[in-house]
Amino acid sequence: MEWTNNALGRKIPTAIDGKLCLPFQGAFADSRGGEPSAAFSQRAHRTIPPRQKPDKRVADWDELFDRLELRDGARISFHHHLRNGDRIVNEVVARLAARGVRDLTIVPSALFPVHDALVPYIREGVVTKIEGSMNGAIGAACSRGEIQHTCVLRSHGGRQRAIQEGDISIDAAFIAAPTADPYGNANGLFGPSACGPLGYAKPDSEYAGKVVVITDNLVPYPCAPWSISGANVDYVLKVESIGDSSKIVSGTTQITKSPTQLRIAQLAARFIEATGLMKDGFSFQAGAGGISLAATVFLAERMRKAGVNASFAHGGATKVLVALLEEGLLGSIIDLQSFDLDAVRSCAANPKHIESDPYVSYGPHSRGSVANMLDVALMGATEIDIDFNVNVVTHSDGFLLHGIGGHSDACASAGCTIITAPSFRKRIPIIREKVTTVTCPGEVIDVLITERGIAVNPKREDLLWKAKKADLPCVNIAQLMREVQAITGVPASPRFTDRPVALIEWRDGSIIDTVWQMEPE
Amino acid sequence: MSESQVVEAGFASKSDCLARYTPSADTISVSIESSVGALFGGEIRRSALELLDSYGVETGRLEIEDEGALDLVIRARIEAVLRMAGFSRKTGLGVGFGSQPDEGCATAARAPSSRDRTRQIRLYVPGDQPHFAINADLYGSDMLVFDLEDSVAAERKFEARILVRRLLENDLLFGKSEVAVRINMIRDECGKADVDEIVAARPHAILLPKCESSNDVAMLDRLLSLQEKEKGIEKNSIHIIPIIETAAGVLNAVEIARASERNVALAFGYEDFSRDICAKPIPAGSTGAVLGKSAQIEALLAREMIVLAARSAGIQPLDSVFSDIEDTDGLTESCYQARALGFEGKAVIHPSQIEHVRRVFSPSEEEVERAKAIVAAYEESLKGGRGAVVFDGQMIDAPLVSKARRVIEESTRGE
Repeated sequence: MEWTNNALGRKIPTAIDGKLCLPFQGAFADSRGGEPSAAFSQRAHRTIPPRQKPDKRVADWDELFDRLELRDGARISFHHHLRNGDRIVNEVVARLAARGVRDLTIVPSALFPVHDALVPYIREGVVTKIEGSMNGAIGAACSRGEIQHTCVLRSHGGRQRAIQEGDISIDAAFIAAPTADPYGNANGLFGPSACGPLGYAKPDSEYAGKVVVITDNLVPYPCAPWSISGANVDYVLKVESIGDSSKIVSGTTQITKSPTQLRIAQLAARFIEATGLMKDGFSFQAGAGGISLAATVFLAERMRKAGVNASFAHGGATKVLVALLEEGLLGSIIDLQSFDLDAVRSCAANPKHIESDPYVSYGPHSRGSVANMLDVALMGATEIDIDFNVNVVTHSDGFLLHGIGGHSDACASAGCTIITAPSFRKRIPIIREKVTTVTCPGEVIDVLITERGIAVNPKREDLLWKAKKADLPCVNIAQLMREVQAITGVPASPRFTDRPVALIEWRDGSIIDTVWQMEPE
Repeated sequence: MSESQVVEAGFASKSDCLARYTPSADTISVSIESSVGALFGGEIRRSALELLDSYGVETGRLEIEDEGALDLVIRARIEAVLRMAGFSRKTGLGVGFGSQPDEGCATAARAPSSRDRTRQIRLYVPGDQPHFAINADLYGSDMLVFDLEDSVAAERKFEARILVRRLLENDLLFGKSEVAVRINMIRDECGKADVDEIVAARPHAILLPKCESSNDVAMLDRLLSLQEKEKGIEKNSIHIIPIIETAAGVLNAVEIARASERNVALAFGYEDFSRDICAKPIPAGSTGAVLGKSAQIEALLAREMIVLAARSAGIQPLDSVFSDIEDTDGLTESCYQARALGFEGKAVIHPSQIEHVRRVFSPSEEEVERAKAIVAAYEESLKGGRGAVVFDGQMIDAPLVSKARRVIEESTRGE
């Protein structure tokens, strides 16, 4: 295998499975030149529908798979709106395995712990490649080299672009839909498995070879409203249940009680106000993690006090954001996925709660995305290095544990990107000399906020000056790293083989880093 | 303790570890299970070997179940099991494995705190739970009180005092706050053992619970002096804060406050006091209940006694905790009452209470403005060589100026 170093000095293969790997050149370099790949004829549907009402219903799974004719090596895709309650990914893979299909590539927008059930199929060679996120047991299997081919991790925007431009050609997209009609129009707003938006499935519905809508709540045509258009759907299957609703939405969005997390959140809110980002009509993305949620609450308190309203909040929606929308502090919520039932309800009922999709929200080749309109993005990290490069996918011990989500897209698009994280978790320091894996380049990360101080990227002298003026505890990131290491000790480096088990794709399709196989213990 | 007895210390929970020593005739073996083993397994083993070496342990089995504990915590847990098993530290450290001597025996290099520093907020930290201690310095309290008394179960006292000693010996975690230890009752052996263990770590102050007479203070004073001498620590550098939480203590408050030069404050303990005098809660819905639980009417005389005793002895009166963490309105109300009664500070049991207490005890904007004006007028008068100055119809004298300076200083504290 031949190797090259990309612009961040990370070692990447020059080609994988005969496909060229473009080295990352910079956050906005667009290494691919914006050219659609040769495979971009995927969705060539050249049949004019016959007169009147095509019948898209299939009676059962068997009829569905008979019609789909998926063969060894097929590429199938899924969305993750049902999160840890999803039943469809495991069901489809198990049924294909039972039919003797092997060598599948699965292309999920994300996977959850419930999908650990795929591990046996990985070991048996039913699933041999994953292009999506790899968490938990699947991440560990990938890191140990158990997945036959080199996998690919992309951000939500990067995935959308790759599908649109034919980097990934999907043979069949399986779209779990909480509500759908026999024509395939579908939404996630109603039904026993309601999950809110359904946007992550949209690129799949537009560009996959065959599109299947699977629902447990079939309604007469037309399903209103529709997030997935029946015009793109080939087959509709009614099943007993697409998911476990108690695990689709958490129902309780609790504000953290951890004093360390609260301190970080409070510092983040103070920083946003002190640096003048919090001005009338501003916008933010904060996510649903413990620190982000608390930061949203603290920020709202400051907005109320200062008489400032935000024009919109973007990303995942929670009951906290819904309350702010109803209070009038927020003009809109632009929602990619709802995390609780209040958010689902609001998304269905409130016209100012806008359902989005990855092209509109994050599309790298869109003509400006929602993320581009963000003034501030509060994001997490598992590691950050002294050049502000961020890792969200691997643990410091080298194992894959997360997907990228919208992290890279929001970071590279918002006016100010803030990483909030404790300076160490258990005994593991967050700031490293070099991160284990780069998922987002330091050039688009402006600030790190920890309980032990705020480190501003030297590129953002403007922010540093304002933060210092407001008496915020500003620190140098390298110095903070050394302080924390004095407390925790310096962790040993993971030992890898030279086999790449996964590639980290930057938004433009270039390779920003490689995930290596762990050396056997 | 019998030879064959297995001893354990610590918890296999976040940021802590469980250490277990099993005596046997076999050559010492060490097994380590750690959730951060890939990153710190080597360091954990090195620490374990160093301790075994400095305690001269050559046989038996040491097991460690680690959940990401810091090195000092791991060492505290290992030290605890080795001492429980009857080993004691050898002189001449660092022999054997060619390792560094275990530093957990040196006297910490902490300077004494000033007697009259601000003590508006003292945060209690349970003495046997490292998870709560690690970041405790960051939440903006004036004083951290590592508790060996009520928050530590009787069978955990031994390992807790070792953990607290090692926490205090560390000079990276606690640099902002004054650090103190609430020991057990000095009339019990447990309280004396606490003092023997903790003095080498040089806490700024010892909180003396259930203090009932000047004898209690005198006893602690003597023990501290003895330990200070033995450990080569400057005499009288460790302060005492007696906690009055019984009827007898209240009645002897005056002698207690004056019992030692070490006394810097007198604190009240509401919950124990209320129990001691057999006070009963007012039923909800009765007229008395409108005062709310923050009124603590049964303790009014006691609180005022403590303020008077402290003030007459020239030390700070500090109020008790408000134990309902969720009830921030009640906490605020309780702080206003404490402030009105003359207390200078309050204890908190959760960091989330800090901002509420600070808000009450910090001077208001008007108070700060007034203080600044007084200081300005005074400095102007010094420049002009004039003697007495009148401000707002009030003569400005030295105590007024120093009080004004204090107000300005307090206003800059907190976030």
